[in-house]
Amino acid sequence: MEWRRARTYVPDMTNDPPKLDEQDLVDLSVGCTVLAGGGGGDPRIGLLMALNAVRRTGPVPLIDLDSLAADDLIVPAGMIGAPTVMVEKIPNGNEGDVIRAAFEARLNRPVAALMPLEMGGINGVLPVAWAAHAGLPLVDGDLMGRAFPELQMCTPHLYDIPSWPCVVVDERSQVITFEPRDNVWLERLARNAVSTLGGCACAGLYPMDARTAATPLLRGTVSRAVQIGRTIRTATDDPFRALDAQVDLYPLLTGKVVDVDRRTAGGFVRGSAVVEGIEHDAGRLVRIEFQNENLVAMEDGEALATVPDIITLLDRHSARGIVTEHIRYGQRVVVGVFRAPDQWRSERGLSVVGPRAFGYDLDYVPVEDRHARVG
Amino acid sequence: MPGSVDLRIGIDVGGTNTDAVVLDSANRLLAKHKTPTTPDLTSGITSALEAVLGQIDQPVERITHVMLGTTHATNAILERRDLLKVAVVRIGAPATVSIPPFSDWPDDLRQVVSAGEVVVPGGSEVTGVPLVPFGRDEVARFLEKVGDSAEAVAISGVFSPVSGDHEQEAEQVVREVLGPDIPVSLSQGIGALGLLERENACILNAALVGVAHKVVHGLTAALTQNGIDAVAFLTQNDGTLMGLDYVLRFPVLTIGSGPANSMRGACYLADVSDAVVVDVGGTSSDVGMLLNGFPRESSTPTDIGGVRTNFRMPDLVAIAVGGGTRVTGSAEDVRVGPESVGYRLREEALVFGGTTPTLSDAAVAAGRASMGDATAVAGHEELLAAALRRADELVFVATDQIKTARGPVPLVVVGGGSVILPPEVPGVAQIVRPENYDVANAIGAAIASVSGQVDKVFKLAGRDRQEVLDLACAAAKDEAISAGADPAAVEIVEVEEVPMAYLTEPVVRIRVKAAGPLGRM
Repeated sequence: MEWRRARTYVPDMTNDPPKLDEQDLVDLSVGCTVLAGGGGGDPRIGLLMALNAVRRTGPVPLIDLDSLAADDLIVPAGMIGAPTVMVEKIPNGNEGDVIRAAFEARLNRPVAALMPLEMGGINGVLPVAWAAHAGLPLVDGDLMGRAFPELQMCTPHLYDIPSWPCVVVDERSQVITFEPRDNVWLERLARNAVSTLGGCACAGLYPMDARTAATPLLRGTVSRAVQIGRTIRTATDDPFRALDAQVDLYPLLTGKVVDVDRRTAGGFVRGSAVVEGIEHDAGRLVRIEFQNENLVAMEDGEALATVPDIITLLDRHSARGIVTEHIRYGQRVVVGVFRAPDQWRSERGLSVVGPRAFGYDLDYVPVEDRHARVG
Repeated sequence: MPGSVDLRIGIDVGGTNTDAVVLDSANRLLAKHKTPTTPDLTSGITSALEAVLGQIDQPVERITHVMLGTTHATNAILERRDLLKVAVVRIGAPATVSIPPFSDWPDDLRQVVSAGEVVVPGGSEVTGVPLVPFGRDEVARFLEKVGDSAEAVAISGVFSPVSGDHEQEAEQVVREVLGPDIPVSLSQGIGALGLLERENACILNAALVGVAHKVVHGLTAALTQNGIDAVAFLTQNDGTLMGLDYVLRFPVLTIGSGPANSMRGACYLADVSDAVVVDVGGTSSDVGMLLNGFPRESSTPTDIGGVRTNFRMPDLVAIAVGGGTRVTGSAEDVRVGPESVGYRLREEALVFGGTTPTLSDAAVAAGRASMGDATAVAGHEELLAAALRRADELVFVATDQIKTARGPVPLVVVGGGSVILPPEVPGVAQIVRPENYDVANAIGAAIASVSGQVDKVFKLAGRDRQEVLDLACAAAKDEAISAGADPAAVEIVEVEEVPMAYLTEPVVRIRVKAAGPLGRM
């Protein structure tokens, strides 16, 4: 129901279950720039880690939730903190093993599979490296369906599924286990710990058995991101049209970045980018406001699109996504919007990741109610 | 040794031509010469020197400075020759081991360059605190193992632009184990943040030390042969100068000096400090932006010979628009380039009696240029007009893309093929076509100033922003002065601040560049 089943990626059927090979990983990282909504960091470090890992261990099995037994334990994982720190302090690669061992010791049961915490930026790719290293399969799904800045912005939070025990591990294999009173407290506690650990760390959180995960899980998002990357890579004519056929793209504007303003506030990069229309959009001016991720697109004081719909600046020619830290004056872009997963569009979902959750006094209007798709 | 600045010679050794110019102390052009580039550096420079010295008819004693721009380092990497075997030390374990050194290198280049690699404990946090204690013994053991094959050592540590202590300790270990002579490159002096890219630049730098020695000896020999006793410099990728001892330490910085020289030359010839520069060659054009008289640097990683680096390079948009660019298709469906007739323009272009329609023919047909036989374009007018419209559009887009601000700026056009450019460009205040545009590169080398740069992460730690900024500016000025700039005339030419996300403590990355004219020796 989240994504159209008919369009789900069908990998090499000679393997059972399907496996993520090197080309899939490259495609996955491109798909993660598209689904990131500007946030989540450049996936490159995650991609290189994953490539190195699968060259040693072989491709990672990508499994459907239904292939697990109801009691099997799944651990969603990702990096938390500053992707700009991770370009120097690259992870060890054994974080998946350490996270697994910590959960198994704490919960006294085996971990059956890892899963990406979010499907955007570096975090869509990193868990592949950890799964390869730990010899675990990866569940085809995630808890955001895009990238978001905070740890309570995960679908299990909508069903009061606890984010804890949460295990934070650094490259020195130092382990901190959190048992907060609620998911918002975890965000606060973990954020502080990560700062002490040097600005970035790796985490496993929202541990769930397969039965529990069935409700919040955004299914098929890994293969969807792979398919997006593949579509962009193989599009012979217009990659935007191909992307639209794949995942329904609502383009707001074709333009040129004419201003970028970035500043740090409260541990986040906040700011805006102004895109001036070109070609058939000449004369228009759209401002994208971001807090790591792109939050709203404004034109003449009115919101064209808001979170939780995914607002991504796509390269005018390649259709690859541009992450916030790489936005520069002069870039030719299509401001593209993708529908948020349905769970985020519920009343409860909007209270967590809607425009008001980010301080905007705006009502959420689904992108398809206001805009047409490509062509 | 000369006491002050008198006559200067600028030399640009390009892929096709070697250009040389002589300027006096007031920067007046006294002589210029173009000669085909020779495989042997010394003889090429010697013949260029002889030609310009012959033109000025002045005693060679008046030559006080010689500035050389060359593509030797770039070609060595592209052709995988003359590169040293490098022992690669990364300081960062237990972090970073998930992506070992050389991970993203082309296999053939890696085989030529690598004498072995190791990741040892150490490195720094973004705050400057050590990640873990430095693994001194691991470095020593590794060096003993690879010592026989290693011709140079590259050392890169996590967050070394914040704290370089462990890299320096590792250099001491190299001296103890491999002696005082082996070249050592530390990443802290070479690249900015981004460990893998900085490490790549550092490895390339170490591999290029042999090439640097060749160039320096070639230049020195050519000067001696011509009886010139002058201070010699090479130009680097930001359009400024480095002394020969500095070249031997940081040869990788000469990569990209060609476009930087042409932009600096354009700046001087047109007498502007902020402008878009289009350098039109035979095959392609480079479009760049001058800010405060310097090429704006790219903030995105640069690929060199298939290796991703992040060191200082001019931010350029390259388009397949040159004097020899071929025009194919029909008026309704025209194709412009990317193929070019290159140096065969004078045989193959229509106006020169050939059969290949080129952009030069299009420029002649449109009345922009006069060369060869203008009647030879008859019958091709519609195709050529369509091609010129397409080429103009490419120039318009590239110009607009490279601009940093929305207002109109001047556009300076240089390079042999620049006659094909349109008389007007949208968003451009005026088009400047300076005299001597064909030797802009060599002039850029001759007028280059000396610079220093700081690119570091600063913890505010109670200090206010201005205090930290002042500190960075002073450090950049010191660097410029120690590289030979006149202390009285050094100024800050570029400041950039980048805040870091997700850190509760205010931390800011600051890039500052200072530059000044040559000091009196």
